[in-house]
Amino acid sequence: MEKTHILSILVENESGVLTRVAGLFSARGFNIDSICVAKTLDKNESKMIIATSGDAQILEQITKQLNRLVNVIKVQELNDEDSVVRQTVLIKINADETTKSDIFRIKDIFGGRVIDVARNYYTLEFTGSERKIESLIDILRPLGIKDIVKTGIVALQRVKKG
Amino acid sequence: MNHNSKKNLMTGSKIIIESLIKEGVDTIFGYPGGAVLNIYDELLNYKDKINHVLVRHEQGAAHAADGYARASGKVGVVLVTSGPGATNTITGIATANMDSVPMVILTGQVPTNLIGNDAFQEADTVGITRPCTKHNYLVKDIKDLAKTIKEAFYIASTGRPGPVLIDIPKDITSSVYEFDYPENVELRGYSPTYFGHHVQIFKLAAEILKAKKPLLYTGGGVISSNASNELRELAELLDLPVTSTLMGLGGFPSEHPLFFGMLGMHGSYAANMAISNADFIVAIGARFDDRVTGKVEEFGKNAKFAHIDIDPSSIGKNVKIEIPVVGDVKSVLSSLLEVLSGKSEEISSVKYERLGWLEEINAWKYEHPLNYKMGDVIKPQYVIEKIYEITNGDAIISTEVGQSQMWTAQFYRFKNPRTLLTSGGLGTMGFGFPAAIGAQIAHPGKTVFDIAGDGSIQMNIQELATAVQYNLPVKIAIINNNFLGMIRQWQELFYHKRYSFSEMNVNPDFVKLAEAYGAVGLRAKHPDEVVPVIEKAMSVKRPVIMDFVVDKEEGVYPMVAPGAPITGMLLV
Ligand SMILES: Cc1ncc(C[n+]2csc(CCOP(=O)(O)OP(=O)(O)O)c2C)c(N)n1
Ligand SMILES: [Mg+2]
Repeated sequence: MEKTHILSILVENESGVLTRVAGLFSARGFNIDSICVAKTLDKNESKMIIATSGDAQILEQITKQLNRLVNVIKVQELNDEDSVVRQTVLIKINADETTKSDIFRIKDIFGGRVIDVARNYYTLEFTGSERKIESLIDILRPLGIKDIVKTGIVALQRVKKG
Repeated sequence: MNHNSKKNLMTGSKIIIESLIKEGVDTIFGYPGGAVLNIYDELLNYKDKINHVLVRHEQGAAHAADGYARASGKVGVVLVTSGPGATNTITGIATANMDSVPMVILTGQVPTNLIGNDAFQEADTVGITRPCTKHNYLVKDIKDLAKTIKEAFYIASTGRPGPVLIDIPKDITSSVYEFDYPENVELRGYSPTYFGHHVQIFKLAAEILKAKKPLLYTGGGVISSNASNELRELAELLDLPVTSTLMGLGGFPSEHPLFFGMLGMHGSYAANMAISNADFIVAIGARFDDRVTGKVEEFGKNAKFAHIDIDPSSIGKNVKIEIPVVGDVKSVLSSLLEVLSGKSEEISSVKYERLGWLEEINAWKYEHPLNYKMGDVIKPQYVIEKIYEITNGDAIISTEVGQSQMWTAQFYRFKNPRTLLTSGGLGTMGFGFPAAIGAQIAHPGKTVFDIAGDGSIQMNIQELATAVQYNLPVKIAIINNNFLGMIRQWQELFYHKRYSFSEMNVNPDFVKLAEAYGAVGLRAKHPDEVVPVIEKAMSVKRPVIMDFVVDKEEGVYPMVAPGAPITGMLLV
């Protein structure tokens, strides 16, 4: 079964690591849906969060192959239940007299912010789960979205309760 | 660091060579060019410590270092220039990577300030070789040079071995830094599991005793971990039948009564039948390649599987494994033997109960042994059988790729590990001859043969000059069928005999070719001439080409059609 998987990959912060990791996916015809990389607290290491979809067996193979890379320190699969998963989106939207109030109302409902205001456009920022972002986009689309950019998924394992 | 180390200032070139010496390197296969001239200049000062073998093509250097490594167990070292020098080694690196051979490849690079400029003889060597090396490096600072070399040798030779490439810009080879070779490596993301988990080993021991029809399926991992003795002990302790992949041949003596030959596409009838009828298969340092399994859903369809391998990513890749054991084959087998050593009573009773299983496999062996029909023309199999008899199974045999390779696997009865050097994973024509050169350099006293096809030998024939220059008495036996024979065989069987571009209409006169290079050329056209030609070749202490003019349309059998179950063998 095709399913979205989130991999959290701790790597050494060296040039070429991103290519090595991405190369493993492409060499197996595996699509990367999104990828986020940044340094951790330790400047010698980076954390990559990769969202991908495919069957579980191929994913296991990819996880093992990732572990084989010399610069990969740790690979972990995160799932929705015991991790927090977020994504941020920036949306540039047509804001004229007829739409402004709608935009404000929707932004408030979704807990977003207006971060830039121009003559006929607003830029909104919103952070949330992938599903929420999709529904936000669906609601805003009729108002005239001019441009949109998403950060890709970031995720962190929850502290175990009890 | 301290005052003493200040005295140890060296150029990058000298640091490279001193580091190699620290790693115990005494042989390098290489070819000079602009980006490595500093290193070459320094090499001249080390003539007594490092034997640099000048090949005639960088691909030859990579295969020779590979053959050297396979035959000796040491790390093979290559030195080539940037751009075309580096790209010429790619086939050799990919070949070593697929067969897990430890190598370190040093490539020159344009000076750091020109990288990315499309400078003269610039290639993105690290980018190009990333998918076909175990790991690779671009040295950007001379401070990292010695450390990088240390890491490269460590990574190449530990865990599942493989080629590691170091790309070194020219300015680094001329700048100066203190030489302080690190004692240890620190690699946070790399720590191969050497010892098998004891719970898994206990499970494996229990299952081996419980099985009614157990079988060992052994691969190249037995050879790279030097585990032949342990394998033999295990097989003999429990009377376990053994079948091997192409890469595993020599890991268990072929003449042993428990050995039933190679399995897979051109495997023996007995081996393939045993796989299909076994109830417990222990894969040891093997990786379930498609040429071995045939239709994978039917491979070992009546069996449970255990798999011992140092590379976790090999386990469970193609076949579901009930008992995975991650670890070095030698270490895992020793632990397994220890666990079994306390169970001698149980062992003698299970051995007795399983006699029927061995009889069953032996019956398959006698039903369809490997064979061929003699005639007026030379049969390729006959040539290989005679090479086996005359060398007493003690030669190091490298192969090219194609029918001649498969006949070698079938008809040369390998006794010892590291005596078959063959490109199993990538299937590289042109591998055998330079690999034989490397093996001969590693073992000057041994007889080394390259069993070649007329097509393959022409892919690296230029290395004949290398063999002559260094006085290497490598014997090339060309199984000359005037065809890309393996291609012809597939076209015969699967394309209605439409021989599309597989005939080698024009071949050189191999005898004259040998002579032109200053080697010895011999030819056999009739079966009676085969033995005298081999004996003559053995008696000369120079490189020899033997041109065996063989039956053009002989086939390799048994054969399993690609994708068919391995019991579906076409027999002779
Ligand atoms: C570099 C390379 N190119 C192409 C092939 C495909 N191929 C496999 S076997 C073979 C024929 C080899 O012919 P020859 O060396 O004469 O050996 P024979 O099969 O006749 O014994 C070819 C072309 C290959 N394995 N390697
Ligand atoms: Mg041929």
